[in-house]
Amino acid sequence: MAALLRKRVFIIGLIGLAVLFPLIIQNEYFLHVLTLAFIWMIAVYGLNLLAGYTGYLSLAHAGFFAIGAYALGLLTVKAGMNYWIALVLACLITSGIGFLVGLVALRTREHFFAIYTLCVGYIIYLVIDKWDSLTGGVRGLIGIPAPANIGPVSFENPLSQYYFILAFLLLTILVMYRIVHSLTGRTFMAIRNSEELAQTLGISTMKNKLLVFVLSTFFAGLAGALYASFIRFIGPDIGYITIIFDLLTYLLVGGIGTLAGPVVGTFLVVWVSQSLQFLQDYRMLIFGPLLTLLIIFYPRGIVGAFYEWKMKRTGKKRRQARPDRRKPEPTYAATQTSSEKKVKEG
Amino acid sequence: MDILTQQLFNGLTIGSVYSLVALGLTLVYGILHIPNFAHGALYMLGAYITLTTMLLWGFNYWVAIAISVLVVGLLGVLMDRLVFHQLRNAPPIHDKIAAIGILLFLEALAQLIWGADYRSMSTPYGEVINMFGLTVTMQRVLINVGAIAVMILLFVFLKKTYIGATIIAMAQNREGAHLVGINTNKVAMLTFMLSGGLAAFAASLSAPINLVFPGMGHLVILKAFVIIILGGMGSIPGAIVGGYILGFSESLGATYLSNDYKDIIAFLLLVIILSFKPKGLFSREGF
Repeated sequence: MAALLRKRVFIIGLIGLAVLFPLIIQNEYFLHVLTLAFIWMIAVYGLNLLAGYTGYLSLAHAGFFAIGAYALGLLTVKAGMNYWIALVLACLITSGIGFLVGLVALRTREHFFAIYTLCVGYIIYLVIDKWDSLTGGVRGLIGIPAPANIGPVSFENPLSQYYFILAFLLLTILVMYRIVHSLTGRTFMAIRNSEELAQTLGISTMKNKLLVFVLSTFFAGLAGALYASFIRFIGPDIGYITIIFDLLTYLLVGGIGTLAGPVVGTFLVVWVSQSLQFLQDYRMLIFGPLLTLLIIFYPRGIVGAFYEWKMKRTGKKRRQARPDRRKPEPTYAATQTSSEKKVKEG
Repeated sequence: MDILTQQLFNGLTIGSVYSLVALGLTLVYGILHIPNFAHGALYMLGAYITLTTMLLWGFNYWVAIAISVLVVGLLGVLMDRLVFHQLRNAPPIHDKIAAIGILLFLEALAQLIWGADYRSMSTPYGEVINMFGLTVTMQRVLINVGAIAVMILLFVFLKKTYIGATIIAMAQNREGAHLVGINTNKVAMLTFMLSGGLAAFAASLSAPINLVFPGMGHLVILKAFVIIILGGMGSIPGAIVGGYILGFSESLGATYLSNDYKDIIAFLLLVIILSFKPKGLFSREGF
């Protein structure tokens, strides 16, 4: 109970810090960077639900991000639609395309799924890049409007944009929390740990995989749409493979398959990238090996490593309190890897 | 008719390069079940190393290729020892991510060393020749001959030599190979060496007709994945046949359909194939 209370205080403190941040540090540049990081976090949460909780590594995520961004951009700029309707439509369009892609993509598994989605992502990029008459090709799309006013509230200045996107991020985290702790979330994890076993238990794996895929693309689309209205200029580059690699780095540094992972990872990596600005194109010299080392030594990222450390500590305490109990409880990570190993061998 | 034969020859050339790259990829997949996303980076490095040895030290084209094949092959071995060996028992998603990490690192490294500019490689075989009514450069003929020669050599190596047989044994059954006394670690290293060497050779041959730049491996590796899915993951004849199928469909598609969208053909092909056969065209159950 005390632990629960402490956790709640910690989370409220963190949210408070995020809300107060612009008032404490009045620096437009930091504000911009942080807002952008929030947008990435939303996208990473979508990826996390699919790759982390269900075990399907989709490399088309950047493509769906771009679809969301372009849907909003085209609806507002070319069709002249109201921003809020366009935002909702952009998310729906992305999930709709996600549904269609998922129907086919989810018939494949493991490596085939990764390669299939990689190709889908590349097709999306190529279509955006080559379809000059619709998307503007390499020139991109200019003049996307900021969110329209709600009554007296305007979203024109950076400060209001910051709160606007923070609200969406908090909403995303809340939805993720609810999903992960619901029966549906458990179903996803069952599929990750062993698809055959889940099927034996009577879980319709295809239906659930499709659901998680659509959800994941929904968040990618939402992040893309927010990105478009925040930056106000989009080019085909946002659908390129490098973006999915960035998202993967954020997710892995933070911790794949953990709720706090996307926030921790994105924040850290974006922050470090900012301080390594002089490296620019060469930042992958650091992040590439980092990604590889993390997956070898800390496959569940910073958050996962923290949980493991905590679990070991409480386990030690418990054993000291009751010396007669010899066998330590298996940790979550251990059960996961052993079952996954079985799947691989089987 | 003239255009058709010319395009067919072009398809053969592109297909030869694709087949070589796909062969390296399929070898590694067949033995270790790793989809090596970093293979494209090896291809790119192969082209750069050939280019540098030719420009800096003025080596002969063939000597430069030999050096490049050796260096990239050793790099492949290093990759296996440092990364993939550590992940032998990890869940499959980890291999993929590690490979992506290596890819990002190698690309950034190439950009740091050689810059982001597009470069062209000169070749001693630039002359134009007429052959059966076709006008082609010597380099293109060389690509075809070289690629086919290497494929035959590889085939003989795998089928007729003892070391080659160990590779096939391991691809058929890892535990079984281990039981009869094959050193699986050594075979894995050898496979990575072969795979890197093939990538470097393909890149060095094709670089004079294309350009050399840090992102040159992207499209090639994606297409190589398409090919090995087309031909069955881990199947060697499949990689060769798949490579030529893709080469022909691309060169014909570029002429008769649309040059802008020619790169999409490969991916559409893959998407269609996987839609109907989720495990690839010639999948072998319980490989």
